[in-house]
Amino acid sequence: MNRSEQDIAVKIVGLKKRYRLGVIGGGTLQGDIQSWLARKRGKEDPNAVIGKKFHEKNATFLALDGIDLTIYKGEKIGIIGHNGAGKSTLLKVFSRITAPTEGKIYVDGRVSSMLEVGTGFHEELTGRENIYLNGAILGMSRAEVDSKIEKIIEFSECRKFIDTPVKRYSSGMYVKLAFSVSAHLDADILVMDEVLAVGDVKFQQKCLNKMSEVSSSEGKTILYVSHNMNTIRQLCDRCVVMDHGKIVFDGDVDEAIAIYSQIQKKDRSSFVDLTNAKRYNRVENTRYMTFKSIEFLGKDENIFSNGEHASARVVIDSEIKVEHAKIRIGFYDVYDRKIGSGICTDVGVIEPGKNSIDLDIDFTGIVDGTYRGELILFTQDSFSGVSEHDIVLEGFWFDVYNKSDIPWNAFKWGSVRLRDIIKK
Amino acid sequence: MSKKWTAIIESDHKLVDLKLKEVWHYRDLVWLFVKRDFTTRYKQTILGPLWFVIQPLFVTIVQTIVFGNMAGLSTDGVPELLFYMSGNVAWLYFSACVTSTANTFLSNARLFGKIYFPRMTSPIASAISSLINFVIQFLILLGFLLVFILQGANVHITWVAALTPLLVLNLAVLGTGFGIIISSLTTKYRDLQVMVSFGLQLWMYFSPVILSASSLSDKMYNVMMCNPVSPVIELMRYGWLGSGTTPFLFWGISWGVSVIVLLIGIMLFNKVERTFMDTV
Repeated sequence: MNRSEQDIAVKIVGLKKRYRLGVIGGGTLQGDIQSWLARKRGKEDPNAVIGKKFHEKNATFLALDGIDLTIYKGEKIGIIGHNGAGKSTLLKVFSRITAPTEGKIYVDGRVSSMLEVGTGFHEELTGRENIYLNGAILGMSRAEVDSKIEKIIEFSECRKFIDTPVKRYSSGMYVKLAFSVSAHLDADILVMDEVLAVGDVKFQQKCLNKMSEVSSSEGKTILYVSHNMNTIRQLCDRCVVMDHGKIVFDGDVDEAIAIYSQIQKKDRSSFVDLTNAKRYNRVENTRYMTFKSIEFLGKDENIFSNGEHASARVVIDSEIKVEHAKIRIGFYDVYDRKIGSGICTDVGVIEPGKNSIDLDIDFTGIVDGTYRGELILFTQDSFSGVSEHDIVLEGFWFDVYNKSDIPWNAFKWGSVRLRDIIKK
Repeated sequence: MSKKWTAIIESDHKLVDLKLKEVWHYRDLVWLFVKRDFTTRYKQTILGPLWFVIQPLFVTIVQTIVFGNMAGLSTDGVPELLFYMSGNVAWLYFSACVTSTANTFLSNARLFGKIYFPRMTSPIASAISSLINFVIQFLILLGFLLVFILQGANVHITWVAALTPLLVLNLAVLGTGFGIIISSLTTKYRDLQVMVSFGLQLWMYFSPVILSASSLSDKMYNVMMCNPVSPVIELMRYGWLGSGTTPFLFWGISWGVSVIVLLIGIMLFNKVERTFMDTV
């Protein structure tokens, strides 16, 4: 892939969007002025909830947390991620509906965004009038619509009703007409958010074909957000996975979908019953020691900040008595790459029956992200031979929140940040 | 080789950026908005476009009866109907500019939240569609004027009438300016909407719509003319009916105020436009 800067359609650099949590403003002008004056004079905000500190009231949330993305002309990019991952915020900022807090987006070409089907349609106007209105809202001139109206009507399959007010339309017709307008735009970059989720399958297919066609024949760049993996697979040739306002994967579509489904699957709840957890084949049926459960104490969800020590209670069911048992916990990132392991070298004596063991796990060095932990119970004989008694592959999921001074690219740099290198 | 970008989206923005080029690019949209307002306003009504005429006519008749006949207020010797109607036509245009643009953000929140186009097209379209109402009402006024002139009433058209386009533009600038200031603030404080209709009513009584300016004392006259709408109405009336005063100095001040209000409005509007989806 040898593409020059001239082939770039969109370049996103360090994009951030910050939202304030809680109630924005005091709600009244008087309250806002009071708060503002107090802030200016460095006093306590009279409108703050008593007992809450200043910074708590102004807690913020990064919907987009440092997005870097370069899109080349003619690429069809899919954006996937679970709800709240920041996909829609990204499209909103990109479509200039709301301004970013930090960072820049460089755009080359005319952008047309479809974040919703039929925006700007007026109920009282006829289909034809709405085509003109919608076209103009999307940035087409009257002459442009004039030259395309026949194609648009043809594509929409609504010719019969084109001079009827759209309030009489069925929702399907409405969608078809709206999509037809957008599909015939002269834009260089098409941005779409879940717009194909509506309409019947046949029309969906028609739209997908139409979009593939315009992309390949006219070289249009497409940004497409969807939860429907099939349409992503069909339309896109590159895919980005977002999680917690960050891009966690960028590349091949199938790989991206695999990662996405893994992120989706994870359950960060603090108590995990391991009785039926996925185990390594060898120990699946024959074992005399079993991990029953793991619980992170004092947590509702396994979300840790960097440097935090987690207290975990592991319950082991044993048929025999074992001395000097050891526990190893291996950590994987969302790309399913092993990032390292930690060992508890002596959990003491394991008695027959239920044993409850409290562990202290230190996450220092693990960078911001989502991880999976595997659990291994093993012993070591006097000849240093290791025998593993139970291997739980999917033990628990957890998140590490670690605001780094330098934006950390885990995909390229790895998921562990070693101690800082010091200049002597 | 450095690349030329079509657009750069970033967090900071210029304070006064009229974005005229962009609005011009979307001129077809402005036109379609005007058309949409015009054609949909009176769909599914009994009287339809007649409402354009009925509203000012009713107001004028009520004023003629209440203020002219019952209260006996001076109309500078001009037929009461013409006096009130001329004031109303001008005032209604101004207040329409304010009220129709004051809701720009709130009433378009759904649309603005889903798609980008220069937001300024919306208030511009509102001002233009109000202008259509104004023209229709103004033509009716001219019709009445003609009837009264033919009957030999004490009215005559003066050269000031030629300034009408500038007078109307002044009202448009002032009204739209106030409207977009209010629309920017209503994204945060909703009760401003209520204050608008209330405030406009009060404002009308401080304009020479009902009161004849020349019947006031010098001091009160000067106070009233400080209201930027007053000199416009007064000049309009002088131009077409030949009665009242010609406060050209105050008109100059009014223009100054209007331009400043509009500039402040655009500044606020551009600021709010960028993030209003997060507060609305």
